[in-house]
Amino acid sequence: MERIVSPNEPKLSTAGQESLPPLSIGLWRHRNVLDLDDFLSDEIALVFEIADGMVEVLARDVKKVPTLRGRTIAIMFYEPSTRTRASFELAAKYLGADTVSLDSAKSSVAKGESLIDSLRTLQALEVNTIIIRHPCSGAPYIAAQHLQTSVINAGDGCHAHPSQGLLDLYTIKRKFGDLKGRKVVIIGDIMHSRVARSNIWGTRSTGLHVVLCAPKTFIPQGMPEMLEKCGLDHVSIEHNLDHALEGADVVMPLRLQKERQQSGFISSIREYVRLYQVNGERLKKAGPDVIVMHPGPMNEGVEISHDVAYCNSSLIEQQVTNGVAIRMALLYLVSGVRN
Amino acid sequence: MISKSILIKNARVIDPSQNIDATMDILIEDGLIKSSGTNLKSSSEVTIQADGLVACPGFIDLHCHLREPGFEEKETIASGAAAAIRGGYTTICCMPNTNPPLDNAATIDFVRKTAASRSPLITVLPVGCITKGRAGKELTDMSEMADAGCIGFSDDGSPVSNSQLMLLAMRCAAGLEMPIIDHCEDLDLSHGGHLHDGWVAARLGIKGIPSAAEESMVARDIALAEMTGAVLHLTHISTRGSVEMIRSARARGVKVSADATPHHLTLTEERIIASPMQPDAPLIYDTNAKVNPPLRTALDIEALVQAINDGTITSVATDHAPHASEDKLCEFELAAFGISGFETAFAALMTLVHSGKIKLATLISLLTCGPAEVLQQEYGITGTLKPGVKADITLLDVNREWTLEKANMLSQGKNSPFIGQAFKGMVTGTIHAGEIAYIDKSVRTSK
Repeated sequence: MERIVSPNEPKLSTAGQESLPPLSIGLWRHRNVLDLDDFLSDEIALVFEIADGMVEVLARDVKKVPTLRGRTIAIMFYEPSTRTRASFELAAKYLGADTVSLDSAKSSVAKGESLIDSLRTLQALEVNTIIIRHPCSGAPYIAAQHLQTSVINAGDGCHAHPSQGLLDLYTIKRKFGDLKGRKVVIIGDIMHSRVARSNIWGTRSTGLHVVLCAPKTFIPQGMPEMLEKCGLDHVSIEHNLDHALEGADVVMPLRLQKERQQSGFISSIREYVRLYQVNGERLKKAGPDVIVMHPGPMNEGVEISHDVAYCNSSLIEQQVTNGVAIRMALLYLVSGVRN
Repeated sequence: MISKSILIKNARVIDPSQNIDATMDILIEDGLIKSSGTNLKSSSEVTIQADGLVACPGFIDLHCHLREPGFEEKETIASGAAAAIRGGYTTICCMPNTNPPLDNAATIDFVRKTAASRSPLITVLPVGCITKGRAGKELTDMSEMADAGCIGFSDDGSPVSNSQLMLLAMRCAAGLEMPIIDHCEDLDLSHGGHLHDGWVAARLGIKGIPSAAEESMVARDIALAEMTGAVLHLTHISTRGSVEMIRSARARGVKVSADATPHHLTLTEERIIASPMQPDAPLIYDTNAKVNPPLRTALDIEALVQAINDGTITSVATDHAPHASEDKLCEFELAAFGISGFETAFAALMTLVHSGKIKLATLISLLTCGPAEVLQQEYGITGTLKPGVKADITLLDVNREWTLEKANMLSQGKNSPFIGQAFKGMVTGTIHAGEIAYIDKSVRTSK
């Protein structure tokens, strides 16, 4: 891929602190990161290349680099989250940016301010990047539509979670290198999972085959048609977990939200465990190099057994570390793009 | 502009109620249609040169929301009436989901009197609630509301879930020989849904509203109408399955009729994520295309068009549902349902005529004699140009090209998925009871 150094590329300071090696943002064209549906393979490769540098920074004793010094990043969470929020906040801080957190419970949202008004206010406060998590699908798209500031989607409703999709793919890529013909099985509440949706888009044209494995109650009615309309022919749907796991290279159970039982999506936790829990016995059907991943937080003993969560094949903690690197890479890349 | 007499010269007169499609003149005197024919001689006060225009009976809308009383930030009776007149309507039936709801004689009377005093150039006929407060618990005093001037009963967006109560409501309405105007929705199936339960819902990660939510209630209410003999009008029908049930019920003589809306006849679920005006734009969540029942699929549109052509669906209703900008300028899942539809109904439907899917005369029947059949004649004979009836006439230029711009809309509700869309076909005049309510500046008139 041809490398063009953007004129807006953040200036890398070398004075005082130990800095990053010079990085080029190349063909990067995204002001916003809303989902992975508009990411080309080359762009994902670029994120990963920069994330490699960030992994190196994270391994240092003193992690802070001055790359984004002087830039302000707003972290706007309309939904409770500890992991993703901490991951983004640390990513920003390791890069030297200043962060401001807006918490829906404490902010003007509680006073009835609309999303657009809150966003416009942040823009007027001259923040450089807004990271938004919101319970409504599409909320970050409204932000992108109405603002000139960069917007990163940290999870919107049941729609998308692009940084999670990237960190999952990055983790898989680091393990296997060549992805051609590898099989990824995503298990559980596909219907309500933004992680599953972003993974579907992110794995497009990687050579990976993705199997969505869930009870019929957790597959949206329009899912098969959506896969067809969107040209996602690397994805298939399977309701039987034992069949799905045969020869799997990546096994990714999703968190089962316990309130789904009250809404009737599952008859009981016991029934779900019987049919869909990833446990040691079931994992034997998978391929020899299988890795286990989980977007967290886990319900041990529900969608995943304790022994599997902590087995040698489990890369769940690695995902968390990779998540910071990926988010550092994304913050770095969008900060080089202005309109 | 009160004129004792108006002569419309050389119009292509299309009156499906009389199977007329011919170039002729129409003479209006004292608010009534005096005569029609070729080369009418008259010393009329006003002459409208209608060469190249279609003249047809005034449009009738069986389903709209005027929002007053209670939601005047969305629309008032006056602003809604003005938009309806611009859209070619001379009679509109407004739904009772106001605040307070139209569930008693006093509120029915309020709407009629407000409309008569502020918007005298259109007939506004309120629909009364089936249940008190639209709460689905207790029936309203239907006969008293009928005497006050309501033309039918509906709980519209809050359909009666209790089947026993619906059975009793149909018996009461049957006794009054008045229609139930039925919004069919199983609230358990649609709960939490925001768009059609199809591929777009799966794509966006938003809960869908399945076709079965409508169809299960269509099935129930056809069964109840068949049992009670009630007059049942199913409004804003949106699915292929509903159409099939209505067709077979009509064939066996059940007193059931149905309408579809211009948006359900021309747009699909895909309009939410892709605007024809900006095909290459990134993913959008267009709240202006959020409506209940939701926009469905191309197969459903095909079934609705076929149902129009075989007489299963006999009218078009706008379901004009104006909203304030803040109701739509927000997260898709928080946005209000509804489309502001008066001003685009005819033009949007003309796309079906220009593409050869339905005939112009069929379209006009859907807007005139079709809905007139559902209305009782107590408030005047409508939907026809027969001599002696109230002179409600709409003038159309079927080839006029125009683009809908937000700034030009008369409705307070600018929530239209058609904003920016180029149309071919425009309403150029509306005459209500012999008075010119609206006339486009392109139409030549002389005094």
